[in-house]
Amino acid sequence: MESVWLLVPVSVILVFGIAAVFWWSVRSGQFDDLEGPGFKVLMDDDLPKGPAPGPGEQADQRKG
Amino acid sequence: MSGTQTTYNDKVVRQFAVMTVIWGIVGMLVGVIIAAQLVWPELNIGPWLHFGRLRPLHTNAVIFAFGGCALFATSYWVVQRTSHVRLWGGPLIPFTFWGWQLIIVLAAITLPLGITSGKEYAELEWPIDILITLVWVSYAVVFFGTVAVRKVAHIYVANWFFGAFIIAVALLHLGNSMAMPVSLTKSYSVYAGVQDAMIQWWYGHNAVGFFLTAGFLGMMYYFVPKQAGRPVYSYRLSVVHFWALIFTYMWAGPHHLHYTALPDWTQSVGMIFSLILLAPSWGGMINGIMTLSGAWHKLRDDPVLKFLITSLSFYGMSTFEGPMMSIKTVNALSHYTDWTVGHVHSGALGWVAMVSIGSIYYLLPRLFGKTEMYSTKLVTTHFWIATIGTVLYIASMWIAGVMQGLMWRAINPDGTLAYSFVESVKGSYPFWAIRWLGGVLFLGGMLIMAYNMFKTMAGGKTEDVPVLAPAGHHA
Repeated sequence: MESVWLLVPVSVILVFGIAAVFWWSVRSGQFDDLEGPGFKVLMDDDLPKGPAPGPGEQADQRKG
Repeated sequence: MSGTQTTYNDKVVRQFAVMTVIWGIVGMLVGVIIAAQLVWPELNIGPWLHFGRLRPLHTNAVIFAFGGCALFATSYWVVQRTSHVRLWGGPLIPFTFWGWQLIIVLAAITLPLGITSGKEYAELEWPIDILITLVWVSYAVVFFGTVAVRKVAHIYVANWFFGAFIIAVALLHLGNSMAMPVSLTKSYSVYAGVQDAMIQWWYGHNAVGFFLTAGFLGMMYYFVPKQAGRPVYSYRLSVVHFWALIFTYMWAGPHHLHYTALPDWTQSVGMIFSLILLAPSWGGMINGIMTLSGAWHKLRDDPVLKFLITSLSFYGMSTFEGPMMSIKTVNALSHYTDWTVGHVHSGALGWVAMVSIGSIYYLLPRLFGKTEMYSTKLVTTHFWIATIGTVLYIASMWIAGVMQGLMWRAINPDGTLAYSFVESVKGSYPFWAIRWLGGVLFLGGMLIMAYNMFKTMAGGKTEDVPVLAPAGHHA
């Protein structure tokens, strides 16, 4: 089973790599706020014309 | 909202978004043709337009041309909006567009000519593989470069999914495409026999997991909240979803090789990991659908939301069906039958295509300076045609697949086979006709989308809009 000698090390290195990224993201405060980012993404009004809709109202504005 | 001097780079998003629709029509048309060839074999014309040559053209066109363009368009849009910066990377950005289109055209030429490495979903020969590598590395530089220069500290969850998809696909492509060229158009894999099969399905399944799942989940986590006007049901769960999926995905591949020369323990590992995947998949699906919690009425008259939420329902269905089919006893019945084809299309039409279509419908008016699509009615029509087409496709393949599996294993009291293979082919004809009809409907929906798109584009403004300043930190 030679391909295992490639795939197992690749997977192990990958898991360590993913763990390192996870470690970095926790330490650098990526997950300090697990509520706000969900709301912030709605604050950009990206519709070009018409009255500026508030967050939460965009879908309603678009009905034709 | 105060604007700054810099603008978003929406030109490349525009290009990829339009080509998503164009390649969608091309890829699905080839799919309809090969579905027709199975019902009416006389449609297999000459060597170039034979089923065996057109089938890889169909898979490459829908996965990498249609799906790929949708991923490029949405990831470029999302990473700019959520990082509050213009796309970074200068000339590499147009290179990813034109390079990707060149790859698609080369695929459309070489595959009918029979130039193939014979590896499923990785049929393209080595010169094209090298071009894919160049484009993909450029894509990674542009994407991660943009994340690196972001104006906000937090990296939105959609970008994590897009980023994982980009890295994983690079790794898979390089691992599986290792080949020894013997001429410009022919190469041989450096792996042989069952080793090659294992590497191939390590690639093949993870391509499903990262190209056709992680990338489209990135789409889901941005466009579902935006279109619903509500934050994702649980941002916390979305982060857990991401890490759970990333840590557990890589070993599901062997379930494609049940009851083959692959060692038994490897098959079992593949089956166990496939079953584990049910948990993060359903976590994400529930998170997406529950985003509408308390606002279900929006589904009633917003066809874009209909596309997005229906795609999540199909995602839930196919990620339940997949782990079940990976159980060896179930696989003994389903393997090599049309059930597999039905399962793939429940994911491909129901999940991947519908979430892409919904996201592109979200983008098109914004990309061309309009407040809405030319016709919302036509979007609704598209939704119903696409849904009926998908259901016809899946249901007919379920029936045909289970029938084939049962006929192949049926034995007479004396131990001989009860049916010859050709009898199962004959029994499958009506279901193949229904499948073809389902495909025709889905393609018809795409043609409606193209009409609606060109009408929306007509007279539209294509000026780049200023980069929005990040919203203040939450109070």
